[in-house]
Amino acid sequence: MFATLWLSLTDRDQGGAFVGLANYRTMMADAKFWEAMRNNMLWLVVVPAMSTGFGLLAAQLTDRISWGNFAKSLIFMPMAISFVGASVIWKLIYDTRPEGTDQIGILNALWVNMGGEPQQWLTLIPWNNFLLMVVLIWIQTGFAMVILSAALRGIPEETIEAAIIDGASPLQIFFKIKVPQIMSTIVVVWTTITLVVLKIFDIVLAMTNGQWETQVLANYMYDKLFRAFDWGVGSASAMVIMLLVTPILVWNVRNARKEMR
Amino acid sequence: MDNIAGQKSTLTWAVHIAVLVLVLAWVFPTLGLLVSSFRTSDQISTSGWWAALTTQEGQLPAIRINGQEVQEADLYVIEGGLFPDSDTTVTAWGTSSRAPEAHAAGDTAELKDGARLTVAGDGAFRLTGGQSWEGQRLPRVFTTAATPPEFTLSNYTNVLTSDTAGAGIANAFINTLTVAIPSTIIPILVAAFAAYALAWMDFPGRSLLIAAVVGLLVVPLQLALIPLLQLHNAIGIGKGYLGVWLAHTGFGLPLAIYLLRNYMVGLPRDIIENARVDGATEFQIFIKIILPLSFPALASFAIFQFLWTWNDLLIALVFLGTDDSTLVLTGRLVNLMGSRGGQWEILATSAFVSIVVPLAVFFAMQKYLVRGLLAGSVK
Repeated sequence: MFATLWLSLTDRDQGGAFVGLANYRTMMADAKFWEAMRNNMLWLVVVPAMSTGFGLLAAQLTDRISWGNFAKSLIFMPMAISFVGASVIWKLIYDTRPEGTDQIGILNALWVNMGGEPQQWLTLIPWNNFLLMVVLIWIQTGFAMVILSAALRGIPEETIEAAIIDGASPLQIFFKIKVPQIMSTIVVVWTTITLVVLKIFDIVLAMTNGQWETQVLANYMYDKLFRAFDWGVGSASAMVIMLLVTPILVWNVRNARKEMR
Repeated sequence: MDNIAGQKSTLTWAVHIAVLVLVLAWVFPTLGLLVSSFRTSDQISTSGWWAALTTQEGQLPAIRINGQEVQEADLYVIEGGLFPDSDTTVTAWGTSSRAPEAHAAGDTAELKDGARLTVAGDGAFRLTGGQSWEGQRLPRVFTTAATPPEFTLSNYTNVLTSDTAGAGIANAFINTLTVAIPSTIIPILVAAFAAYALAWMDFPGRSLLIAAVVGLLVVPLQLALIPLLQLHNAIGIGKGYLGVWLAHTGFGLPLAIYLLRNYMVGLPRDIIENARVDGATEFQIFIKIILPLSFPALASFAIFQFLWTWNDLLIALVFLGTDDSTLVLTGRLVNLMGSRGGQWEILATSAFVSIVVPLAVFFAMQKYLVRGLLAGSVK
């Protein structure tokens, strides 16, 4: 416990101690930084939304069928796969072969089948960003699904029965009765995935290494810290990540305190 | 919720189909990698993995004839099979890339200098010529053939045993194990004590500490990388396993304490107070009562931490370095993607080697994982 406390102090204070304003200025002048910022914002919107959406859908659907648990564990499975492993998996999907030969990436195979020309998907600005996001969505949906399905099961049956008696359609029940009741859980899932997104680094490093305008903050930071050995700017970008996390941190601590009382 | 009145059967069907589509979409990518890892490099680079499951009809790469020359009367003969290892069926063949389908299976083609070549449907060939083939380049054969599904384990033996092909995957596997196992056990030991103190002992500043732990849960570990690395260098640990273990312990502790505390708080108060009344010390209570009761929470955290440390790339890169001898599986994979991006048979197999352990843990202990997730987020 003391070790945690001690670690906690070093991580914030020393991170702070390193940063002079000059570093921030260098960083602000770096076009790559702004590219990373812009991409990160995109990630922050798309990935939590899609993961939570798919997760909710999967949770709702699998709860109704007999082999739901089996289905769930298959959708949940990518959680156990490392970001790097997932990157290999998806790189095979996005693989490109020259025109005229058989495509070995399923995406190009479908694309060519529909009459397109084979594409170098990962260099295709701006779509490549979304293709990287797909990987994370694939991983995080299972997480969202597991938690949301537990929340769905926690909804009191009476409210749903009442709605049925009142003649509500399944869609109405889902959006007007169930979703509002699990709103707080949805928020938790959303913020948890947001945190993962802010730290995302492995996928980008492994698939494009930030080339073709796919840089994100965490990889930018790694680049600066351990490739360029520019600890000043690297730390500055780490602080930016911290800044983005702070609202969630405050919100989390508040909630925990409320719970304690 | 099948008991809801008014459910239409068409709707149920729709649900079944929707779930099936979702599941297939989620499994498909991994399946691709798995199937690919059992195919030879030729197969991978000429057709999509989904085609591997059915018999393939298509043009194969040219094969140069070779074999032992035998003299029959005044003819020099070479006989053999084009596909000694598979059940390929030839439908058409040719000896020039301009007319790769010039002859049907079983036909005999006239080559220059009176030589003749016959290729049968099963790939058996017979090459005859008026003079010795010694020193001459033997003709190439282009075939259009149907190849049945064929899988091989050779990628795995290759990757695991050969240092050059797998680029030390076996070594990396051991490195990863060395990182992951202590990094899982140490934080559990530390966190169990801390969680007990935070849950059941009264001391000033307790709620502040809990708040700090909750806060730390979301602090990105990137922030701590450099200070921690400097600290390690300063106290002489440097880059090495000890450093990685400590780093993983540090980053894993907040979650461990949080999960365990939440669980321990929920244990029945009576038991603990009875024990106190009976004169048990805090330590005895902890060892004899709390730890056994908290097993589910301990298990869920252990899985989290194991998956996380096994799959981690960043901390291993930073605290262990990027030398070949210390690289973990994830780091090795990233290197492979760079250097052997086109060699899918090696990449896919290596990736699968790295995935298989967490997957096994995942399927074996899924119950605890789910429980841990729920304890962490739904309150």
